[in-house]
Amino acid sequence: MTAIVNISLKQGVLDSQGKAVHHALDSLHFSNVTDVRVGKQIVLQLDTEDKTQAMADVTKMCEEILANTVIEDYKIELL
Amino acid sequence: MKVAILQFPGTNCEYDTQHAFETLGAETEIVWHKSSALPEDTDLLVVAGGFSYGDYLRSGAIAKFSPVMKAVSAYAHKGGKVLGICNGFQVLTEVGLLPGALKRNDGLHFISKHHHLKVANNTNVFLKKLNKDAVVNIPIAHHDGNYFIDDAGLQALEENEQILLRYTDADGKIQNPNGSVDAIAGVCNKEKNVFGLMPHPERAMEALLGSDDGVAMLKGFLES
Repeated sequence: MTAIVNISLKQGVLDSQGKAVHHALDSLHFSNVTDVRVGKQIVLQLDTEDKTQAMADVTKMCEEILANTVIEDYKIELL
Repeated sequence: MKVAILQFPGTNCEYDTQHAFETLGAETEIVWHKSSALPEDTDLLVVAGGFSYGDYLRSGAIAKFSPVMKAVSAYAHKGGKVLGICNGFQVLTEVGLLPGALKRNDGLHFISKHHHLKVANNTNVFLKKLNKDAVVNIPIAHHDGNYFIDDAGLQALEENEQILLRYTDADGKIQNPNGSVDAIAGVCNKEKNVFGLMPHPERAMEALLGSDDGVAMLKGFLES
């Protein structure tokens, strides 16, 4: 099973990289962009087909190391 | 006085730190991250600056799982004095020994220069030799020094006098180089035995090299 973890800064935590990319898009005349958030994606290959177990395992990984929950949110997608 | 200095793969300030404390008369020992214990007679543990584990994932995140960190947490929880400088500060927030987190600098650039700091609180062993509101000049060198803490956390820091230093200009007026909440450059825990700051006092030991304001800071630990 594949788990895709998307990590981004929490709403309310200023995303400086997102802001810089937004400025760059503006200067390229992509004027309909209202907000940009830059995050990171971690793709895990798991040796299980049990979705409940996989979700529990990956959630624990996110809480313990993959995300810093003081400033970051994470979303897990299982494929 | 025995100062133990942690060394992870990628740490690069351990020898500067060792030189600084030895100049002040302390005995030092560098402790490799695979050690399972700290020297028994440790009076101060320093988590030195650098780029532990290449800053992979997040600055300080992987160091959290080094074997020595269990001993570090136990030492801190027993009331042992811990000082995290730069990457060491990032490690201590990742481990949860200090509140908040360090984000990428707002300007996205690595900043390396001398910067003035104002003492926010001196009711602790680290800054007791400096007056409150004193301005010191200390080098900063970081990419991820943008301190973040939520509003409730900030209020708690203020109430407990946990804010150590704020970034200012030479006159003590707030000047924020990296976007840190409340221009915070360093904090301590509620019990005031764990300290973290982004600036490098160990690089400010000689007036000839730009500043010796680090002496008064590090000396606080030696005369307790």
